[in-house]
Amino acid sequence: MMTDTTNQTIPKAEGARRAALAEFWHYFSMNRGAVIGLAVVAIFIVLAVLAPWIAPYAPEQQFRGFDKLPPSWMNGGNPAYFLGTDEVGRDILSRLIHGARYSLTIGLVVVSIAAVVGIILGLLAGYFRGWVDVVIMRVMDIILAFPSLLLALVLVAILGPGLVNAMLAIALVLQPHFARLVRASVMAETNREYVTSAKMAGAGHLRLMLVTVLPNCLGPLIVQATLSFSNAILDAAALGFLGMGAQPPTPEWGTMLAKGREFISSAPWIVTFPGLAILVTVLAINLIGDGLRDALDPKLKRS
Amino acid sequence: MISFILRKLLLIVPTVIGISICAFAFVRLLPGDPILAMAGEHGVTPERYEVLKEAFGYNLPIWQQYLNYLGSVLTGDFGVSLGTKRPVLNEFLVLFPATVELALFAIILATAVGVPAGVLAAVKRGSWLDQATMGVALTGYSMPIFWWGLLLIMFFSSYLGWTPVSGRIALSFFLRPITGFMTIDSLLYGNWPAFVSALRHLILPTVVLATIPLAVIARQTRSAMLEVLGEDYVRTARAKGLTPKRVINVHALRNALIPVITTIGLQIGALMAGAILTETIFSWPGIGKWMIESILKRDYPVVQSGLLLIALIIMAVNLIVDVLYAVINPRIRVR
Repeated sequence: MMTDTTNQTIPKAEGARRAALAEFWHYFSMNRGAVIGLAVVAIFIVLAVLAPWIAPYAPEQQFRGFDKLPPSWMNGGNPAYFLGTDEVGRDILSRLIHGARYSLTIGLVVVSIAAVVGIILGLLAGYFRGWVDVVIMRVMDIILAFPSLLLALVLVAILGPGLVNAMLAIALVLQPHFARLVRASVMAETNREYVTSAKMAGAGHLRLMLVTVLPNCLGPLIVQATLSFSNAILDAAALGFLGMGAQPPTPEWGTMLAKGREFISSAPWIVTFPGLAILVTVLAINLIGDGLRDALDPKLKRS
Repeated sequence: MISFILRKLLLIVPTVIGISICAFAFVRLLPGDPILAMAGEHGVTPERYEVLKEAFGYNLPIWQQYLNYLGSVLTGDFGVSLGTKRPVLNEFLVLFPATVELALFAIILATAVGVPAGVLAAVKRGSWLDQATMGVALTGYSMPIFWWGLLLIMFFSSYLGWTPVSGRIALSFFLRPITGFMTIDSLLYGNWPAFVSALRHLILPTVVLATIPLAVIARQTRSAMLEVLGEDYVRTARAKGLTPKRVINVHALRNALIPVITTIGLQIGALMAGAILTETIFSWPGIGKWMIESILKRDYPVVQSGLLLIALIIMAVNLIVDVLYAVINPRIRVR
């Protein structure tokens, strides 16, 4: 995974990068679960992007007189509503397809914020050490001392319930993991010879941090980002379920569960399908994460 | 050893201070006026408002308010709940055993199933058993537990009628708490039907809360076992002609368990997060449900001191895990 960064050897570096990528794909594609996970996520991405065209109905459209219809294959089901309808007569399938947009966006936004903030803090702490390190890592310790969901709940209560604030809160709770990881990798890398030689060549702090050291910490970071992606989806759904995330009538999967809870004995499909959607998405992402870890972790490669 | 513990304690001090500042600041940042919240729907006259403001010290500068809060916490005064008008610490101590009981059952279940499952998967590496176990483990790890709880209620409580839907014990039983643990108290009273009722109420919440820790423990045990099985001393033990059973149970497992114990310890924080959801779904009267209700009701003193107490307990447990880890693995004490 070493990335050559000196300017004179661009053709060689390009070749090495391609070889590394090919090797990575070789190991990744050997893991059947990871490939299945990737396929499932790809399907969800297509569904999310094309939701308005694929979904049979608009997610908020209510069909009067058709509330709590069971899925089409059950007794009393209507083929027009494949997965049935919810308590106010909205098509569950359409809501789920639109919900994919929310979950994937949540994952993407949360991981981007958490990774950028965490990487910056981790780089600063690991590179400068001393009091910068102490202050940053103590703050991370404090964040990690609270149960993540509880902290996110309190933060959302402060910022006000809603999807955007829920994403900010979850990102803040997840970012210490990135900071810790980057700090540890940076500390391991800064004593290596290639860093010393870059320093001798006159590279400044910023260049050393971002161009020399950071690319060599990428492996574990990618794995962490995948894990955080699934955690973000789970936590956002949990906040939605508790009434502190996306607000009704948003077709966010967790929020759909919160409302359907009242009907678990009379219309169990209202809670069954959104939960299943969360589980399948998170499982697929975790499968990818496992595959990435095996492919990027040289310790496990040969086993 | 003692110097190791002292050093760890010293490292914790700034974190604890930071936690108390956070808990204090969060509550100050919550929208809404604590005095108006306290007054409820009756409201207060402007004069009374000023009196209350002074009585509760809200007129002081913010840092002085914090120091006052810290001072009263150090003397065991965690404030009074706006909702129930009872001291927060008393409420906490009443509800805490319910959460601990649930968490203990969950961690016991997770360990009792997770460790053997992980060992089995490692020993039968690559077999269908390994793949099935790890597939189930990853599914458990990916589970939205609030949905999982609803599914179990739907099936076992509503459909089959095997388990109760919510609560800690059937309403027909009233036990004056001795330890606060329903299962132990009912046995101490010799009340067998109450014990059975308490156990039946525990089953589903325990399964739900144990799901993610179980998956984590099984996965961690498997990878720790795989690492150990490749070590020289395991090969030596095999070469000596020991039975595979002895090699696995004595030589490999004992060493593999060291990282697993840390993993189990680290699950305590995750259990607290899980308890919030589990207790909400099963109406389990513990601190998870108490906290979410207090957040929704904006019961400031409860949120503030509850956060502080929960974070302190998690830190204490982590410290104990660190010390235990040093006991079983002397190598890390040296540094």
